[in-house]
Amino acid sequence: MADMDKHKEAYMEEAYELLAELEDAMLALEETPDDGELIGRAFRALHTIKGSGSMFGFDKIAAFAHEVETVFDLVRNGKIPVTKQLIDLTLSARDHIKRLLDSPDGDTVTGGEEILIYFRKLAIQKEHKENRDAVAPIINECASKTENKNITFRIQFRPNPDIFTKGIDPVLLLDELCTLGNCKILAYTDAIPQLEDIDPESCYTYWDIIITTSKGMNAIKDVFIFVEDECKLSIDVIDDTGKFDEEFGNKKIGEILIERGFITQENLRKVLGQQKRIGEMLVEANVIEPQKLEAALSEQQHLREIKSIKETKQSTQQAEAASSIRVSSDKLDRLVDLVGELVTVQARLTQTAASKSDAELILIAEEVERLTEELRDNTMSVRLVPIGALFSKFKRLVRDLSAETGKEVEMLIEGAETEIDKTVIERLNDPLVHLIRNSIDHGIEQPGKRSSLGKPAQGLLQLSARHSGAYVLIEIVDDGAGIDPEVIRAKAVEKGMIAPADDLTEKEIFSLILAPGFSTAKTITNVSGRGVGMDVVKRAIENLRGSIDITSRKGVGTTITLQLPLTLAIIEGLLVKIGPDYYVMPLFSVEECVELTGDDIARTHGRQIANVRGKIVPYISLREQFSINGGKPSIEQIVITSIDGHRVGFVVDHVIGEHQTVIKSLGRFYKTIEGISGATILGDGTVALILDVVKLVQTAELEEVTTNA
Amino acid sequence: MAKTILIVDDSASMRQLVTFALKDAGYDVIAAVDGKDALGKLNGAKIDMVVTDLNMPNMDGIMLIKQLRSRPSSKFTPVVMLTTESQETKKQEGKLAGASGWIVKPFTPEKLIEVIKKFVK
Repeated sequence: MADMDKHKEAYMEEAYELLAELEDAMLALEETPDDGELIGRAFRALHTIKGSGSMFGFDKIAAFAHEVETVFDLVRNGKIPVTKQLIDLTLSARDHIKRLLDSPDGDTVTGGEEILIYFRKLAIQKEHKENRDAVAPIINECASKTENKNITFRIQFRPNPDIFTKGIDPVLLLDELCTLGNCKILAYTDAIPQLEDIDPESCYTYWDIIITTSKGMNAIKDVFIFVEDECKLSIDVIDDTGKFDEEFGNKKIGEILIERGFITQENLRKVLGQQKRIGEMLVEANVIEPQKLEAALSEQQHLREIKSIKETKQSTQQAEAASSIRVSSDKLDRLVDLVGELVTVQARLTQTAASKSDAELILIAEEVERLTEELRDNTMSVRLVPIGALFSKFKRLVRDLSAETGKEVEMLIEGAETEIDKTVIERLNDPLVHLIRNSIDHGIEQPGKRSSLGKPAQGLLQLSARHSGAYVLIEIVDDGAGIDPEVIRAKAVEKGMIAPADDLTEKEIFSLILAPGFSTAKTITNVSGRGVGMDVVKRAIENLRGSIDITSRKGVGTTITLQLPLTLAIIEGLLVKIGPDYYVMPLFSVEECVELTGDDIARTHGRQIANVRGKIVPYISLREQFSINGGKPSIEQIVITSIDGHRVGFVVDHVIGEHQTVIKSLGRFYKTIEGISGATILGDGTVALILDVVKLVQTAELEEVTTNA
Repeated sequence: MAKTILIVDDSASMRQLVTFALKDAGYDVIAAVDGKDALGKLNGAKIDMVVTDLNMPNMDGIMLIKQLRSRPSSKFTPVVMLTTESQETKKQEGKLAGASGWIVKPFTPEKLIEVIKKFVK
């Protein structure tokens, strides 16, 4: 808004100058009525007052100046002479425009009509018919209502050879067409001459485009609006039913060619007698060039595709209704377990086959590997369910919370079709409820406050889900007050979580919110702040092997992103070895691996820190942590992980490599062991423990505190 | 890299509005007050597109378009003219001179950008 006011001011300033110029020109014209230069100046002044006036909302001025300008256009062309009467009239018109400029709304200014009557008389006297109706704003044509129905068009577009010299790139037009809908473009190159005859500044290519769009004919015409005169263009509807019946999907190639006017019915009948594919026959019979046939074929294909898309949609809908069965999730779990075993055995088979170097056995092993992978992926996908059901449960929650807090909240759901493991969904409910409560309670402001801030009274809460590699990202976005890093900081200092002098990044400050015992709401409402902090949410997400990330801008809103694994049964891990034993570290937390030599250890005087490219990274020696005996190698490896934004290293003997791990839970007796979240069986049958890096760090921190105390 | 657009208009407020709208959409803008000024500013500079008013002192838009088309460096440069609906004949004249497109005043910044996008990526 402020910008527009600024522009308006600039216009008014300019308009006053132009009026002064108009006046000067008029007075000078009294002396030399035939001075074309002066007439031109007057015309331009009026023209700009009109043109710019309409741009900045001075419609009255624009309309008035338009009529005066029309007369001056005639004067300029020598059709009306400059007379004393014209000069007087123009001066009074100038005064009128000035009055319009002076009064803020222009309503109180009268007398314009009377002046215009005289101008109109002058214009009519010359019977000049300005064809104003015919030139209504062309650009606005597309304002006609867009139709939702899908229509298929055939566009034949042949630009004139000199189109480049108009500064028009036909390819941009084709690109623009592609944004309208499902588009198939075929370029004809038969008009391109031999190399020595080519004029590089000419356009020889022409195109056929088959497009299915819901935007209607006008949208297509709009694409070509500036090239209408620079090309041969025909746009035909080839299917406007919106639904594809038998006939359209299976249009015969001959029919299409006849429709396009490439061949006649007669040509077709003649060649139909032979027993070849119709297209080939036509080409052989020399009634059509191969490229034209290709264009028609691609049209046929396009129609078929659209039909098949529709059919698949219908059939999947039917399938959903008919062929889904309910299975108890125990059975599914058992199936996943078995597949896990199978994967393990298969890995052994592959390894054995490789070591035996028996070609036949290797062949079988590879076949088994392929099948197992497919079986595994399929089994996992059975456990995946769309997240939409969970999301829509929150609609009611949002509605109730809005009513409770007196806030207006609109909820948007995106990516409801995103699939994620059933167990993950079940365990996501509580954390999400908490996050949504938080967003509405702490984030979105009261309608009154929002209005005063220039935001729409209704707040926006967006829940979205999408796949990203082996993860699902869930975002909770609100356009509320956002989080003030300073407030968080002050609070953390007050609670003794950080020292006042600590230099924290914004990310680190936000992550404080997730620390245990942190709550920023000044008053405890019914909605949030029931003693359950964000740390509980964080714990729950971490238990799902996910992570949580907060970004926020004060006054603009907050985005909370949850990154969750697609499935709980399999993780991507990094296989490492300490002594004789194998361990798996979840790959998502691993950042890099560096070497640790005896010299490095000596240099840090026994403190467990490493210097990684100038940054200090603390590390935990897993060998010590797990009390593994035996000699360690002279060069150890540090696997550096990122935990809560901090880099922590884990020292191991060897890094073996990436390993897709089927997780086996440990038996009852091992449940209480901290730092180990499960186990897996490797290809050769050995067991590898899966490390819970977060727990390991916490344990190490605790030990540190106890030893220091 | 941001595309550079040359805007030519004798009206300061129009220049301001168009410059603002284009910059807002991420384009670099060079402004000129008339055709002569535009040709001067064009000298050596790489321009991806020109938006010009038609009625201007010293050198009008039509003449500018003709000049642009006659120079090898701007022969294929898209040129969009700003017209008013009463200038149908002018529009034809402009097209003959080699204009790529036109925008009818009054227009909104959105409309302007929509048209610009037809000519530059």
